[in-house]
Amino acid sequence: MSDAATTVEFVIPRYAGLSLRAWRTIGLVALAAGAIALPFLVSNYRVFQFNMVLVYAIVLLGLNMLTGYNGQISLGHGAFYAIGAYAAAILMDRFGWPYWATLPVAGIVCFISGFLFGLPALRLRGHYLALATFALAIAMPQILKYKHIEHWTGGVQGIVIVKPDPPFGLKVTPDQWLYLFTLGVLVVMLVIAWNLLRGRVGRAMVAIRDHPIAAEAMGVNSALIKSLTFGVSALYTGVAGALGAIVVQFVAPDSFTAGLSITFLVGIVIGGIASISGAIYGALFIQFIPNFADQISKAAPWAINGVFLLVFIYAMPMGVAGFIRMVIGKLMRRLAPA
Amino acid sequence: MTKRRQVLVWLAATALALPGAAMPQKKYDSGASDTEIKIGQTMPYSGPGSAYGTIGRAELAYLQMINDQGGINGRKITLLSLDDGYSPPKTVEQIRRLVEDDGVLFIFQSLGTAANTAIQKYLNARKVPQLFVATGATKWGDPQNFPWTMGWQPNYQSEGRIYAKYVLQHKPVAKIGVLYQNDDYGKDYLKGLKEGLGSKLSLIVKEVSYEATDPTVDSQIITLQASGADTFFIFAIPKFAAQAIRKTYDIGWRPLAFVNNVSSSVASVLEPAGLDKSTGLITALYLKDPTDPQWQKEKSFRDWVEWMKKYYPQGDLTDISNVYGYSVAQTLVQVLRQCGDELTREALMREAASLRNVELPMLLPGIKVNTSATDFYPVEQMQLARFDGKRWALFGEVITGENR
Repeated sequence: MSDAATTVEFVIPRYAGLSLRAWRTIGLVALAAGAIALPFLVSNYRVFQFNMVLVYAIVLLGLNMLTGYNGQISLGHGAFYAIGAYAAAILMDRFGWPYWATLPVAGIVCFISGFLFGLPALRLRGHYLALATFALAIAMPQILKYKHIEHWTGGVQGIVIVKPDPPFGLKVTPDQWLYLFTLGVLVVMLVIAWNLLRGRVGRAMVAIRDHPIAAEAMGVNSALIKSLTFGVSALYTGVAGALGAIVVQFVAPDSFTAGLSITFLVGIVIGGIASISGAIYGALFIQFIPNFADQISKAAPWAINGVFLLVFIYAMPMGVAGFIRMVIGKLMRRLAPA
Repeated sequence: MTKRRQVLVWLAATALALPGAAMPQKKYDSGASDTEIKIGQTMPYSGPGSAYGTIGRAELAYLQMINDQGGINGRKITLLSLDDGYSPPKTVEQIRRLVEDDGVLFIFQSLGTAANTAIQKYLNARKVPQLFVATGATKWGDPQNFPWTMGWQPNYQSEGRIYAKYVLQHKPVAKIGVLYQNDDYGKDYLKGLKEGLGSKLSLIVKEVSYEATDPTVDSQIITLQASGADTFFIFAIPKFAAQAIRKTYDIGWRPLAFVNNVSSSVASVLEPAGLDKSTGLITALYLKDPTDPQWQKEKSFRDWVEWMKKYYPQGDLTDISNVYGYSVAQTLVQVLRQCGDELTREALMREAASLRNVELPMLLPGIKVNTSATDFYPVEQMQLARFDGKRWALFGEVITGENR
C-alpha cells in the first residue's frame, strides 16, 4: 500500500489527528494481531487453508520480485516450488531431518538452480524467456519420475511426510503450530523482500525492467542483477515449496504440474504486479476462488474460475493491491485538511 | 387387582431398564442420523484427470435415484463430491474439509493413486473409512497396515497374473514380448505377469517400456518384433494401446496379442486402431462394455441405459466409466443396507469386509463381489475375451487373480 507513498514531506498531513505513519503502524499491528489470532478462531481445516495462503504468499512474493520488479516473465516457478518441496520431503523422509532445518537447504538448492537457470536465460527476453521457463515447468513432473532417482523421490507414488508436533509442549494443535511457524517465515521473508526492494538493488531491478540500456549506462550490472533476481526469486519459491510439502504432508509429481506455474502467475497479476502486499491478495485468490468455482458448477469449474479471473482483471486492472491503494488515496484526499 | 398392578409396574420397570431391548439399537457416528447419511469424496472435475470426473457424476446420479426411491432404511444419502483438480495437495485440503468441517461418516471413491496416497495416513489415523478407492493400484488391500482403506476394482497385478495363467495353460512354450508404460501403472501389470509365470520367467524374451509423454511407440513395436517374440502383451493407456495394435498389424507381425483391461474399450481403442487389425486380441474383462453389442439386449444393460437417460442425461452412453460408477455406487448401497441402523465407522468397515457373493447387474455374468477381514479386494475375478472383429467374445471360465 505504501508503495506510492514516498512523497516529499514538507508538512506532515494529519488524518483524524494522527500522521500517516502512525496510521500505518496501527494498521500493521492490527493486521499482525489478526493474523496471529486467526488460527485460534477457526476450525483446523480452515487453519490448514490459511496456512496454504501463507505458503502461496511467499511464492508470489518471490515471483513478483522477478516478474513484477525485474520484468522477467517466468512460467516455471512451479518447478522451483517442486524442487523445494522434494528437498524438504527427501531430507525429512530419507535422512530424518527436522522439518525446520530443511527450509534453508530448500532455499539454497533453489537459489543455485535459479541462478544457474538465470544465466542462460539472460539472453532471452520477454516471450522467449517465458517459453524457456515454461519448458522447465513441463519437464519437472517427468524428471521427478525418473527411475534412477526413484529411491529418493519415490517415483510416481511420491513421499508421505509425518506432520511435525508443536515444540516446547505448547498447547496448540499441530495445524495451529504449523500456521504460526509459516507466518513467522513469511514475516521474515517479507522484511527481507522489503529491504531488498526498497534499496539500491530494488531500484536497479526496476531500472532494468523499465529501461535496460539506460540502466547499464548508469552503471548497473544488468547481467548480475538479473541472475541474482532469478536466484532470489527461486529461493523464495523453494522455501515456500518446502513449507507446502510439510503442511500437505505429501509430495508427488502430480502435485507440481505446469498448471501450478500458471496459477502462480495468475496470483501475482490478480494480487498486483510489483506490489509486496499484492502477494497476500493473490494468495487468497488462488486458494479460495477454485473452491468457490467448484461449489457453483461441477460441470465446468474452470470456466467459472475463468469468469472470476476476467471480472477481477476488468474491475481491478492494477490488481487488488492497486485497487486498494486507489481507494485509500481517494479517502485520504477527502479526509486531508485543505 | 393388586397383583395385576404389580405385574404392570414390573413390566414398566423392565421396559425402562432395558430401553434398547424393545427396539433395534441405533448407533451413529458423525455424519449419520435418523434421516441422513453424509458421505464425502474428491473427484477430478477439473485438471488433467477431468475425463474421470464422469465417475463422480454417475455416482451422484445413482444415489439420487436411491433417494428418490426413499433412501436406505429411511435415510437419504448425501454425497458431497468435491473437485480436487487431480492435484494431491487439493485432495488433502478437500478431504480435511469433508472430515473436519462437514463431518462426513466416511470417504467414498476418491479418485487417483497419488490423491489416495496423500490422504491414506490421515484417514487411517482418524479412523475414517476410505472406502472403495477409485484406482487399480495394488496397494489398497492392506488391512494389516491400513484397516480403514479398501479398493474396489481388480488390481493391475491380479490382472497380470490372470494372463500368465492363460499363457502357461495354452501356450507353455511362448516367447513373450511386453510393452509397458514406465510408471507404477505399467510396472504393476508387469509384476503381476511375472509373479504368475513364476518359475517360467524365462518365457519373457523382451520387455520394452515407453513414457506416457512419448509421441508414438512405433520403435518399441519394431524392437519387440525383432526379438522373435510370438506372444505380445500391451500394458498401456488407451492412446498407446491403439497405436501398438495398429503398428503391430501394419509391420506384418502376427503374435498372440493381449491388451490390458484399461485399454479394452471398443470405441476408444479398437476402433481407432482398426477393428480388422484388432481381431484376435485377448483381454480380461469384469464390466459389461456399453459399446459391446452383445449386452445391448439384456435387461441389466437396458436398466442402466434407462437410469442414465433419466438421472444422468448429459452422460456419455459409450463411456464405460459410467458403468463403473454405477456399479461401485451399487456396492456402496449394499454395504449401507447391511449396516442397518448401526451407522458407525467401525460397522461400516466390518460390513464392507463382509460382502459375500454380491452380484451386480453390470458385472460380467458369474463375477461376484467378495471381501473378508483379510481380503480387502472386492472385485478380483475377470474373464478372458477374444475380439472377433465386432465384439469381445468371452471364453473360458471366470478366473480369479487372487494370489493365495
